[in-house]
Amino acid sequence: MALLTDRKTQPQYDVIVVGSGAGGGMAALQLSLNGMKVLMLEAGRNYEPMKETPMFNTPEMAPLRGDRTPDRFFGYYDATVGGGWQVPGEPYTNKNGTEGSFWWWRARMLGGRTNHWGRISLRFGEHDFIPKSRDGLGYDWPIRYNDIAPWYDKTEMLIGVYGENCGIENAPDSSPGVLQPAPKPRVGDLLARKAGKKVGVPIVAARRAVLTKPMNGPKIAKELFPNNPKAQEIMGTDMSMRAPCFWATDCIRGCSIRANFQSTTVLIPPALQTGNLDIITDAMVREVIVGKDGRATGVHYIDKVTRKDAVAKARVVILAASTCETTRILMNSKGKDGSGLANASGQLGKNLMDSVGTNLGAHIPALENLPPFNEDGAGGIHVYTPWWLVRDHNKLGFARGYHIEMGGGRRMPSVGSLGVLDSKSPGVYGTKLKEDARRYFGASFGFSGRGEMVPNKDCYCELDPSVVDQWGIPVLRFHWKWSDHEIKQAEHMQQTFAELIDLMGGTAKPKSGRDAIQRPGEIIHEVGTARMGPDEATSIANQYCQTWEVKNLFLMDGSVLPSNPDKNPTLTILALAWRGSEYLMEEMKRGNI
Amino acid sequence: MSDNRAPLSRRDALKWFAGTAAGTAAAPAVLAAPNETEPSPPAISTRSPIHDPDYMKPAVYPWTKLFSPEELNTTKVLADIILPKDNLGPAASEVGVHDFINEWCSAPYDDKKDDCDVIRGGLGWLNTESFRRFEKTFVELTSAQQTAIVDDICNPADVKPGLKVGVSFFRLFRKLALGGYYTHSATWKQLGYVGNISLPGDYPGVPQEVIKLLGLEDVV
Repeated sequence: MALLTDRKTQPQYDVIVVGSGAGGGMAALQLSLNGMKVLMLEAGRNYEPMKETPMFNTPEMAPLRGDRTPDRFFGYYDATVGGGWQVPGEPYTNKNGTEGSFWWWRARMLGGRTNHWGRISLRFGEHDFIPKSRDGLGYDWPIRYNDIAPWYDKTEMLIGVYGENCGIENAPDSSPGVLQPAPKPRVGDLLARKAGKKVGVPIVAARRAVLTKPMNGPKIAKELFPNNPKAQEIMGTDMSMRAPCFWATDCIRGCSIRANFQSTTVLIPPALQTGNLDIITDAMVREVIVGKDGRATGVHYIDKVTRKDAVAKARVVILAASTCETTRILMNSKGKDGSGLANASGQLGKNLMDSVGTNLGAHIPALENLPPFNEDGAGGIHVYTPWWLVRDHNKLGFARGYHIEMGGGRRMPSVGSLGVLDSKSPGVYGTKLKEDARRYFGASFGFSGRGEMVPNKDCYCELDPSVVDQWGIPVLRFHWKWSDHEIKQAEHMQQTFAELIDLMGGTAKPKSGRDAIQRPGEIIHEVGTARMGPDEATSIANQYCQTWEVKNLFLMDGSVLPSNPDKNPTLTILALAWRGSEYLMEEMKRGNI
Repeated sequence: MSDNRAPLSRRDALKWFAGTAAGTAAAPAVLAAPNETEPSPPAISTRSPIHDPDYMKPAVYPWTKLFSPEELNTTKVLADIILPKDNLGPAASEVGVHDFINEWCSAPYDDKKDDCDVIRGGLGWLNTESFRRFEKTFVELTSAQQTAIVDDICNPADVKPGLKVGVSFFRLFRKLALGGYYTHSATWKQLGYVGNISLPGDYPGVPQEVIKLLGLEDVV
């Protein structure tokens, strides 16, 4: 399927969408299904998962047997192409005095990070929308859970999410019939669950955007688009054409059978089918153009292929370029006071948050020498632990919770898979070494925590006053400092993981919170730098992702999240983008935009 | 040994590396994020075989391999001693372990370069040790003579005087040999990995016999 239209654009569009990932893909789909003429601009290259995904490629087909390198941090077969912690010619910097350099992941490709993400799709819970009201820290959202719940339902139905309703406080259930069935747990998951039961750590079905059953496209489309026959036809057919998971290959490679969700397989193809969407890839947006009346008239971008400056015009501009890139575009645009567009509140670039991450794994003797069976599964986690101590924060000494991801067992071998033999089988070679390899292969299990951080004044990004990228665009400079909340939370993660590992029969070596906590940015959940809020004085956008200052400018990515709950942000970005797109279309109909 | 090839080859590799998208991206990334003093990478947006590979074509190895034919042969012989052909799978050389170790040691990344120093130094050490004991190179020794040396350096818990270099070398060499060996799909069945195939229907989960074996009936 050709995803690309030619590089000629129409003189005028209804809406320009900058970015093609979760937020941009969702906005483009919803708008084009409703007859809007949409131009999508993507800074990276065209990417065609149906043709390019290395689904069954084995390590011996790759350089270094697929091992991770600095330029392919998640291994050779990671779906991220042309991007990563460093993008050639597009630097970023860290400010002097920062405690730990911020790492900024950028996917320069059609579909953005949705091509490689973990597909973990957790709803933010009732408490997550009112953090400040509950503990005095951070900032309340301008919406409550009930406002977004229907959009979570719709989004889960549209993209396909497996999981189970577990009834745990602040880990909301979906409406009946929304979720796809979760795959059975793997053997290590069951050992962990048994250990968890002894200490009150619940281990339930994970929620991931992977199909475990074929979709009934026409039925779902009718429910999602009740008054839109064209949308029903396009989406009904397209959803039915997606295949369910065939229980092989890691989701991080992408999915050519479209079993998992990525913008390039689920959102962009049907959006193109409407005939209402044009896409230009290799188009690096530098700023939003604002007219004398204060309204956005379009965007100024660099065509990376010709290295020429260009302008695209539309009635509405949606930035969905990823949290920090959207922020950068606003900072590089001409606002009222020179501090950046839509920044009357002064909040632009502030409140930068990532997830707190630590991990701990160990050899588990019970998993040695099991009879062989296929443990590949759904290409990601089958089970997880929602934050289970919601009511204990006064005792814990840190404000917010975390969820636990876990896994182990006999998965496709990588270069380091037999590293355990260093300690378990020293001095051995020959046939005995192969016997030991067979015994210890996959006999390990690990836990990863993903925790909520509290926004603080030391975590922000701003324009670097002296550095530009190869397109001449001023780059971002980051500043970072963890607070005690995060360090203590990381410590608690390590203690919990160690307790579970010990109960599973392993020997854990937990680290201190400060040693265990991963780098700022490394979890790739950075959000918050153009937050939504109840008023213009303290926020950049309203609850519909519309900027207060420029009525026809919307922000539909992680930048608008006022807090960063421990639940990975993608599902919420999708839901907010859909909700915001519906509001945008109503406002256009009413003549307000 | 033809060590005189090495500096040239590495220089070639680095030259290639510095002149590509991969090179500009790679160097600082794992050690530290860039800071204010780091220069902007050059303006190159060509597709690199590592940074943006074409998966539908055979993999490209964008760096010159450093090992001399003699070094590669020594690697091959030692790898086959560590992982011989037997009823648990092919010999290491049959699944390209020696080529993998050469490729690993030739890669222009800091961690690989550190490993390269240990491995190439160790290969040299191995020949010197063989010469001292038997006046031959390692590959020319009888199987019993090779085994005698390997037995003296294989155990990191028991380092004999004068053999420290050999022990460190063997430990890393074995680790890389294992990494190369078991990342080849021809070894998987005998390792106990039976995945990477598509399965129809629902994910089958854990077999009943394993549930029973581990006493997991109450948590299924």
